[in-house]
Amino acid sequence: MALIKSPSVFRHSLRWNVSWLFVLSAVLCLFVADISIRSFDPWAELGRLVSGLLQPSMSGLDDIGLAVLQTLAFAMLGVALGSVCGLFLALVFHWRWIRMMCALLRAVHELFWALIFLQIFGLHPLTGLLALAIPYAATFAKIYAEILEEGDRSAFDVLSHQTGWVSAFFYARLPDLWQHFKTYTAYRMECGLRSSAVLGFVGLPTLGYSLSTAFMEGQYSQVWALLILFYLLIASLKYWLRPSLIPVYLCVAPFVISNDQTISFANVARFFTQDIVPSPLLKGESLVGLWQWFADLFMTQALPGIINTLVLSQIALVATGLLSLGLFPIISKQFFGRVGRGLGHVFLVVMRSTPEYILAFILLLLWGPSMLPAIVALVLHNASIIGHLVGRFSNDVRLRQDAPTGINRYTYELIPRVYGQFLAFLFYRWEVIIRETAILGILGVATLGFYIDSAIQEIRFDRAMVLILITAILNIVIDGLSRYIRNRIRLSQAINIR
Amino acid sequence: MNTSIGALFNRTVVSLALVTSVILAPVQADDVKTLVFSAIPDQDESSLKARFGKVADYLSETLEIPVKYVPVKSYAASVTGFRNNQLQLAWFGGLSGVQARNLTPGSKAIAQGEEDPEFYTYFIAHHSTGLKPGEAFPKEIAGKRFTFGSKGSTSGRLMPEYHIRKNLGKSPEDSFSTVGFSGNHSRTVALVESGSYEVGAVNYKVWEKMVAEKKVDTDKVSLIWSTPGYPDYQWTIRGDVDATWGEGFSDKVQQALLDMKDPALLESFPRKRFIPASNEDFIAIEETAKAIGLLDE
Repeated sequence: MALIKSPSVFRHSLRWNVSWLFVLSAVLCLFVADISIRSFDPWAELGRLVSGLLQPSMSGLDDIGLAVLQTLAFAMLGVALGSVCGLFLALVFHWRWIRMMCALLRAVHELFWALIFLQIFGLHPLTGLLALAIPYAATFAKIYAEILEEGDRSAFDVLSHQTGWVSAFFYARLPDLWQHFKTYTAYRMECGLRSSAVLGFVGLPTLGYSLSTAFMEGQYSQVWALLILFYLLIASLKYWLRPSLIPVYLCVAPFVISNDQTISFANVARFFTQDIVPSPLLKGESLVGLWQWFADLFMTQALPGIINTLVLSQIALVATGLLSLGLFPIISKQFFGRVGRGLGHVFLVVMRSTPEYILAFILLLLWGPSMLPAIVALVLHNASIIGHLVGRFSNDVRLRQDAPTGINRYTYELIPRVYGQFLAFLFYRWEVIIRETAILGILGVATLGFYIDSAIQEIRFDRAMVLILITAILNIVIDGLSRYIRNRIRLSQAINIR
Repeated sequence: MNTSIGALFNRTVVSLALVTSVILAPVQADDVKTLVFSAIPDQDESSLKARFGKVADYLSETLEIPVKYVPVKSYAASVTGFRNNQLQLAWFGGLSGVQARNLTPGSKAIAQGEEDPEFYTYFIAHHSTGLKPGEAFPKEIAGKRFTFGSKGSTSGRLMPEYHIRKNLGKSPEDSFSTVGFSGNHSRTVALVESGSYEVGAVNYKVWEKMVAEKKVDTDKVSLIWSTPGYPDYQWTIRGDVDATWGEGFSDKVQQALLDMKDPALLESFPRKRFIPASNEDFIAIEETAKAIGLLDE
């Protein structure tokens, strides 16, 4: 009795409070969000979609073998370049301006990087390579830095002071952390494949090129053939992505992506000295003109864009969390045998490898335009990624021999043990979800990314740059907030242990 | 473990160095420069390479220089490619042509399809709206869910937006409950057919082709209004081609396009034949784009 009355027993953990705070904020966002279901005859188009699935066909598609190779090559090189640069950045990540710069670079979706580099380099392979490598380097920097921060320093601390910096790193830090680096980099390779494929949407010669063409034309047999090919590529990753083979791949890849395009330095110079300079400045107008231009852009595009982006991503974030908690058991050894987990993996691979754009279109046919298809598409995609990561993490959890099974095992044994890790994954995903709201313009949801895309399509790079900068600032704020919350939660865990 | 890390690191560094050298290595230039052309990806994107490859062969034979077709993925990419001299000749829409010529001094429109001086946008509606075809702009579409095609399209965006603003007196965002950009004309038809969007604006040629091929259920979605005619697609060539391929080269290209008589080639566009065009033919498009804020004054 005395125990129950004691307030300390009933005090909720910070994790609990943070979780409910986020759920509450998402519920509040639901009130402002435009969510509705209005549709009449989705079945004709959905019928065509399903009949395409029943008879996938490659006929009519040009050079698919080459597109697969290009997808692989861009992904390999982009991720490799990103990870090497990311490692160097990670070593100096404690410098505030490096952290800010990385958050800024991460804030821009790969597709927008590609659209920017298309302006500068045209279809030169550098466009695709940099569009992948830049945001990936920034992400690698952040995660590698955290791995370094949390890793075991005992070997490093006992080194002689005369030990060179490079030797110290390679002999005393890297060996302990190697496994973490490897696991994370392999995971990013899968992301890299997805990104590489999606870059085809804006004209790179990867799988997404034919996929978006087929999709835009309603050639669903081809769409499914390409998607299945892509699922297989992702699912078989662990069989062909061997550390010993990577140097071979990296040597072949440049030859695969090289083409006969050349870089014009006049174009590069023009991009920086004219294209992205605000038009009032270029026309020699006064500062008042510039301010009006900016204020107009901010009030009519940036502000509504920020609001829509935040509302959409907040709901998607919380729903992603809930769904991934439901999904992770399907690939966990704690719950299913080989066959069950196999099916679980198939489901998760399909969900996370189908471009959100296609998911959103299918849902748009079903429900009509509102935020709902956007939310569900984002949630399905991201929850299957987090579900995959949490599921893998749960495999390493050791339970007692007599641990309960079924729902009791899930609620009393697994959830408490994976929850911290789950929250960490979710907070990492926060900024990704914000970035991904960009590509759902088909739904009539005007996020920041929607306006950036419009500015690029209107060939107004000055506006696109301002909007991209605003997106980046938003991302820096979110990144800081997520870092702060994660630190607080970790602090509370340390106290609990004591 | 350490050695494998070190070895892997070394190999990675070597590979990356190789990458850089291959990518930055300049490619040998041909003796005669290749003319590169493209077309905006507005319809029937599939097997573009095969179809436009034939056009490239025809131009190559007629002009007696190497000609290559390069596909692009968006209107903006075709304009950029042209501006950056990665394309010297392009089959543009009305708006993309104006954008490209504004950004590329000296470039000129040289040919258009016979149909292009009088092009149309159709407004199509889902049957549940009860809207009927008529001569006058259907003001009842106000407040409905509306979708354009691609953001940079003349027939899918510019002209319909112009007529919406003119007749409803408000921007599309204020006129409709939801405004979407489907991405292209055949997506617009699919989305209005499903009722996701109640009204849409579509290139009349795409609509008529889909109806003829029975790719659309006309009980579900039907034509309710046609815009007045406006100039649309055209071939545009860069001004500096004469300097590269010799005096009078752009005239030769124009003549080659006008002489294109093979229906199999014309089918790619699809046009009956090509007729001469000039930059002045598209002033109306430029004025319209400025009026709705798609181009700066």
